Amino acid sequence: MQYHTPTSFEDAIEIAAQADGITRFLAGGTDVLVQLRADIVTPDTLIDIKGISGTKTITHNDDGSWRIGVAVSGAEMTEHPTLARDWPGVVEATDLIGSTQVQGRCTMVGNLCNGSPAADAVPAMVAAGMTVTVSGPDGTRELAVEDVPTGPGKTCLAKGELISAVNIPARGANGGDAYLRFIPRTEMDIAVVGAAVNLRLEGDTITEARVSLGAVAPTVLLVPQAADAIIGTTLDDAALTALAQAANAACAPIDDKRGTIKFRTHVAGVLAQRAARIAYERAQKAGK
Amino acid sequence: MALDNMKTTGFTQVGTTPNRPDGLDKVTGRARFGADVTAPGMLHAVIVRSPHAHARIKRIDTSKAEALAGVKGIVTRADFATGLTGENWNILENVMASDTALYDGHAVAAVAATSALTARDAAKLVEVEYEILPHVTDVDKAMAPDAPVIRAGAADGSVPEGQHPNVVRYHESGHGDVQAGFDEADLVIEDHFTTEATHQGYIEPHACLGILGGDGKGELWCCTQGHWNVQKICAALLGLETANLRVTASEIGGGFGGKTAVFIEPVALALARKTNKPVKLVMPRADVFKATGPTASTSMDIKIGMKKDGTITAAQGVFRLQGGAFPGAPADMTAMCAFAPYALSNVHQVGYDVMSNRPKQAAYRAPGSPMAAFAVESVIDELCGQLGLDPIEVRLKNASKEGTKASYGPTFQRIGLVETLEAAKAHPHYSAPLKPGQGRGISCGFWFNHGGETAVSLALSEDGTAQLAVGTPDIGGSRASMALMAAEELGIPYENIRVTIADTATLGYNEVSHGSRVTYASGLATIEAARDAVKKLCGRAAAKWGIPEDAVKWENGCAVPSGPNAGDFDPLPMAEITANMGATGGPIVGHFEATPEGAGVSFATHIVDAEVDPETGKTSVVRYTVVQDAGKAIHPTYVEGQFQGGAAQGIGWALNEEYIYGDDGRLQNALFLDYRIPVASDLPMIDTVIIEVPNPGHPYGVRGVGETSICPPLAAIANAVSAAAAVRLRQLPMSPPRILEALEQKRDG
Amino acid sequence: MSKIHVTTTVNGDEVEFLCDPRETVLDVLRDRLGMTGSKEGCGTGDCGACSITLDGRLVCSCLVLGAEAEGREIETVEGIATGEDLHPLQQKFIEYAALQCGICTPGILVATKALLEKNPDPTETEVRYWLAGNLCRCTGYDKIIRAVMDTAADMREAS
Repeated sequence: MQYHTPTSFEDAIEIAAQADGITRFLAGGTDVLVQLRADIVTPDTLIDIKGISGTKTITHNDDGSWRIGVAVSGAEMTEHPTLARDWPGVVEATDLIGSTQVQGRCTMVGNLCNGSPAADAVPAMVAAGMTVTVSGPDGTRELAVEDVPTGPGKTCLAKGELISAVNIPARGANGGDAYLRFIPRTEMDIAVVGAAVNLRLEGDTITEARVSLGAVAPTVLLVPQAADAIIGTTLDDAALTALAQAANAACAPIDDKRGTIKFRTHVAGVLAQRAARIAYERAQKAGK
Repeated sequence: MALDNMKTTGFTQVGTTPNRPDGLDKVTGRARFGADVTAPGMLHAVIVRSPHAHARIKRIDTSKAEALAGVKGIVTRADFATGLTGENWNILENVMASDTALYDGHAVAAVAATSALTARDAAKLVEVEYEILPHVTDVDKAMAPDAPVIRAGAADGSVPEGQHPNVVRYHESGHGDVQAGFDEADLVIEDHFTTEATHQGYIEPHACLGILGGDGKGELWCCTQGHWNVQKICAALLGLETANLRVTASEIGGGFGGKTAVFIEPVALALARKTNKPVKLVMPRADVFKATGPTASTSMDIKIGMKKDGTITAAQGVFRLQGGAFPGAPADMTAMCAFAPYALSNVHQVGYDVMSNRPKQAAYRAPGSPMAAFAVESVIDELCGQLGLDPIEVRLKNASKEGTKASYGPTFQRIGLVETLEAAKAHPHYSAPLKPGQGRGISCGFWFNHGGETAVSLALSEDGTAQLAVGTPDIGGSRASMALMAAEELGIPYENIRVTIADTATLGYNEVSHGSRVTYASGLATIEAARDAVKKLCGRAAAKWGIPEDAVKWENGCAVPSGPNAGDFDPLPMAEITANMGATGGPIVGHFEATPEGAGVSFATHIVDAEVDPETGKTSVVRYTVVQDAGKAIHPTYVEGQFQGGAAQGIGWALNEEYIYGDDGRLQNALFLDYRIPVASDLPMIDTVIIEVPNPGHPYGVRGVGETSICPPLAAIANAVSAAAAVRLRQLPMSPPRILEALEQKRDG
Repeated sequence: MSKIHVTTTVNGDEVEFLCDPRETVLDVLRDRLGMTGSKEGCGTGDCGACSITLDGRLVCSCLVLGAEAEGREIETVEGIATGEDLHPLQQKFIEYAALQCGICTPGILVATKALLEKNPDPTETEVRYWLAGNLCRCTGYDKIIRAVMDTAADMREAS
């Protein structure tokens, strides 16, 4: 295994583009090192990107949007004085990845590029309408987060490409987001189901919403039908029932050691409702 | 039989809670555990394991691995002793497969190399050709007529005719007329229960360092619950003379029964012999889950009859235990523990030890008893519920007492079950109001406890301090308990006792630390060794004073003249006697070597409050109280620790822990991520009540406390879930999908 | 396979070592620097027995490559006591019997020290969640949590 510490994205891209065999980028390493140790993936080339300028920076842009460095850890997001004020759901979702120790290292980008449908940060990123900047030998492109994973363990990134920045839209007025996951314990488990809701209110009525579900399909899902179920409502009981039904309908999960198809489908609806209530309350508070 | 030299009052040191002697080592990182030692020229080893549940090993090609730079030696079964029989053969077959891999993770070869990474790389280059055989991992399926046979001829004479060859041991016991008892009952409930295999889950993986030369002389350092057992087994498996292998126990990072067995030590020694270099072998965590002992999984049928007043009229149980690819599942103990808390006129229990394509089960804290308690105490709870009776009152009404003929045969001596029930009833927890969605459950639990072969030595130093050598590894503060007992007898300060875990060359045979035997047996041995030393001290004083030995007694750390000589001489402190040991007859050493057999049985009653989320089926344990009879608590804080630890492990077993096998017979959750032991945020504080009903078989009344604490939680939580959500879970773990399913079935009527 | 030369600081002392790119900081501490206080319970970041701080940040040393330690500051359990004076947490863990076998203790001490430096007045719930990545199989956590809470109270009073 070759270990590289480039100081620019250009250098990182060049190393990756020219490397043979398996290449992995290293930021927090909380997936890469586990896979290395467990003999799941032993990269031929490991490119540590933490030496690249800007990768550890959180920037609040003038237009209200945020740019998160690709090596910013979960703990650094949680500790940021104002990020969680705008996007509590995104911060909480990232904070749910692993233990305190893992929080010291793990990143949203790693969570996304690991390609797990159960990734905790990703549903919240999708619901928030986040994008990532992808840099590669052919230049730079911007992708919606939901377009990055293509299947369990797979992303759409081509050889030599890497994510060079994470972009969160401006929060705007009267908005709120929330993420909830179900695990059998209180901590340390992989999500059996995850649900994120991001919405905006006018008065008491939901005018915009994005609902995303995790661990119920080969990739994290953006579920427009679930959003439609609550847009135009005040999140009354009928809307919540319709939300749960839409969430249930979107599920195409598997039976595995962590949960059953039936359980995941049911709980997806429960969590979507609970997350929607939290997001709604947050949006109401934001409006006051 | 009560001892004639019992001391139950007037303790000056026993019952206090001083800092443990090894505290500083353990909080500074200085303590040396299994993987913490090195030797000059040491190699690192990795074991190659079968990925198949059941497969014939057709060929092992080590040539590519041997060609890798840094590889110094590879062993297979051919490098171990031949001609073994009985349990030694079973252990060797488990340590290194011969012609058939019997479970996912079964060792087939091992590599030693100059670095751990090289050994790992080399292990991947060992080519093993397998012929895959049909497999079975479920206990009921393994007993079915069409099940693949794990190994023909493994059954012993106890098994009745007509059983599948995978049924290898059979147990039956009881008394009275069960059918007549059921006929007397106002309500009879019969239910089927299952539990999954759980792992002891110690945080320290097995680790050892072996040195062995061509002269057959060797040394071994390892984390174990019993190094004499390791010595005996390794000698047998490698064809050595026992005395030529000195084994030293490292500090041990948890065992809970799982480190009573031998897995990697013979492999390290075989590699050491082959390479003539020290070999260190540390198990990766996945290997710990795949190849070291989980508990048995079970399938159980329980039938209990009760009168309207709560009297149990009859009880019967059938217990089928899957113990992996070798005989040894504790079907007998499961059956024997099942109804032990109750004084029954009519009781009958049957146990089946069943083999399957899983790792060889190993002891786990009260082996077999928690599963039985889960089933039995659940049925009792159902009976109480349907008859409208208080669960503690019913248990009190039927509780075993001194003189009760136990369900498994003997007559109980003095025991403390009633005291635990009374204390539970009086505890504020039992009457505290519950919040909506919460339910309360209780359960009793029982464990035999054990004595076993024990040797200790107590050598006095010139300055009046004492060195106590014991042979039972300190798993949870036993050095402190031993020092307290020695200090109590000698009448010197606790701090003046230095406790060492001796190696196999220094003491006589000590049985493994199991059966909650350490504080009982090594404690008894320590007291007796101290009394032996005191007798010698009195002898020296008598000689000095020119009076008969029996005219000297020992008080507060001094020899004092007694009887007609009382007051004739000033008390002679221990340090003054030991200062002149050399000139007055030589070193003073107290000994004890024997097999104490008076380990008193112990009982516990647990109370738990649980909350069930009706939308997700998730259970939270919100309050927990352990009430247990310790006989006499030598160091009460460490007794509490045993109570709390057992309860926590039981909570994990009840709610989340399980071995999950795929259709391919492979273990799917061989890591802590998916083998879900309780984390700090899962648990409430665990309240404890120590009951002290002295054990007549120990000089201070000690009963073992390590195991009983894991027996009640499974049923107590099932009973609490039933109270909280009105669903009865008869299958462990009570995972959210199962509870949700049960809730749905209840809703659908 | 070529080794990487790394210069780092461990418990205030500058150290240099050569390591394979696949070796973790835990491997380096234990096998190359002879510092066996940090324990390997799982190697996959699930147990916390190998907890260290890296530039003051609590991490699992099994999930950091040795090569990543270049120019960083590592603190381990061996650096918690000052000479013969134990840290109040160490003292309290002994007094409260907050350890039985002691294998998880180094990681828990490193983790709780990091907690109290960040939050001197944590609630019981905060302590429990902070320590969720530090598995203990012996104690049921009760005495650990009490030891941490009471140490925190003592340290607040002393400061």
